[in-house]
Amino acid sequence: MANYSTNEFKAGLKVMLDGDPCNIVENELVKPGKGQAFSRVKLRNLNTGRVWERTFKSGESLEGADVLDLEMEYLYTDGDMWYFMRTDGSFEQYPVAKKALGDTEKWLKEQVAYTVTLWNDNIIGVTPPNFIELEVTETDPGLKGDTAQGGSKPATLSSGAVVKVPLFINQGEVLKVDTRSGEYVSRA
Amino acid sequence: MNEIDWQPTATIETLRQRARCLAKIRRFFAEHGVLEVETPILGHGGSTDLHLDSLSLTATTPAGRERLWLQTSPEFHMKRLLAAGSGPIFQLARSFRDGEVGRRHNLEFTMLEWYRPGFSLANLIDETEALVRLLLPDAGSRRLRRYRELFRDHLKIDPFTVAQTDLRNLASEHGNLDMSDSPRDDCLDLLMSLVIEPTLGFECIDMVIDYPASQAALARRRCDPEDGAEVAARFEVYVQGLELANGYDELTDANEQATRFAADNIERKKNGKSPVDIDVRLVAALHAGMPAGSGVALGVDRLIQLALGKQCVAEVMAFATPVS
Repeated sequence: MANYSTNEFKAGLKVMLDGDPCNIVENELVKPGKGQAFSRVKLRNLNTGRVWERTFKSGESLEGADVLDLEMEYLYTDGDMWYFMRTDGSFEQYPVAKKALGDTEKWLKEQVAYTVTLWNDNIIGVTPPNFIELEVTETDPGLKGDTAQGGSKPATLSSGAVVKVPLFINQGEVLKVDTRSGEYVSRA
Repeated sequence: MNEIDWQPTATIETLRQRARCLAKIRRFFAEHGVLEVETPILGHGGSTDLHLDSLSLTATTPAGRERLWLQTSPEFHMKRLLAAGSGPIFQLARSFRDGEVGRRHNLEFTMLEWYRPGFSLANLIDETEALVRLLLPDAGSRRLRRYRELFRDHLKIDPFTVAQTDLRNLASEHGNLDMSDSPRDDCLDLLMSLVIEPTLGFECIDMVIDYPASQAALARRRCDPEDGAEVAARFEVYVQGLELANGYDELTDANEQATRFAADNIERKKNGKSPVDIDVRLVAALHAGMPAGSGVALGVDRLIQLALGKQCVAEVMAFATPVS
């Protein structure tokens, strides 16, 4: 893999740090007017999901990580593994272990496309789309006429996620949810 | 072709507000009797400063094919004007610094630089405060902070006397990186940037003075009143954690200037950087005699960013350097 120097660091670049593949989240140039320049970098460890903050001297470099993002549709689970299929027409299927799936497990819906991250050909992560539409499988009955601002209540969605929804939402309704924040957006 | 992002990085409304800020700045200097000048962006010399990277190009001129340097600030040309008897001058100059792109930096940016023959550093600090206040009327009171005091308050060390190893350990610890063979000034810069700077200029305008003599660049050196240690006669202005301006009691000694240029180039070579052509015309102008006085360079994009409550310099520039 190529090496990347600090001036090539940018959000989305995949690099190796302390033996783990990382995704650069943010890179800020820190430089007193006439002083040595440093890069203040936030990196997400793709194996653990943890975010690291590191400082690099200007001109230092990191090895690129052989990380590939592929679009795949979720198919099914046999309780042990979760199966995804590439959307490029190859119909190639990949089993994903629970560890790699992480929090995405609660956002799974058949036939929805996810971003599957491979490092050295191993699946290390699955990212859901930013917004997903899911059905409410369980919540307290909706309060009639209450469509204005006001309280919220928990609702369990078909994927297993629990989100806070407005009081007027009923069981069986399909909702649009932001998977990054886990927040209700609107009725679908 | 739809995926090509051709849109400006500032809104048209922001550009209107920016124009009003620039008009205020020009009016300020007109009222203060400071002459607006325009000097070349391309010079025969570049900045030799170890931590500034000048861009250069080759041009065809009556002298043949010449290497010319995009100026990192309009300083050299403006000092030649001072030596030629211009009196007080200011310039809003497009300046270039290779590799500097980020939330607070852009490859090319607008530098407001002005020179005041006969002004002491204290006079210029007052005038700089007035200019900053013109655009940031709610900036709060002014505080003079000594470089040494800041390090004592925030890091419990005396930056002038702390042992090299202690300083390196402290810098490594705060930056989470290995500074064990870094020069003293790099460690100080790191601590200043990471620990001290983010606390400066909140509900006040912080003016930092009495920098280490090793960070003097084009400033005179003088004795610290406290214990006679040599300090650089410089100040920097901070508002909301942003470094806005850098002022000097200007060096007028031609030989000293030539020595510092040469020393810089030796340092550049040691650090694997190519030497930069020295501006011999500036040295000649200093030999002829530049009036004593003070000068300051202020990052206008950052000042406007703060005045308009924006998050980064790109938001106040028509077309900032694209990040990807």
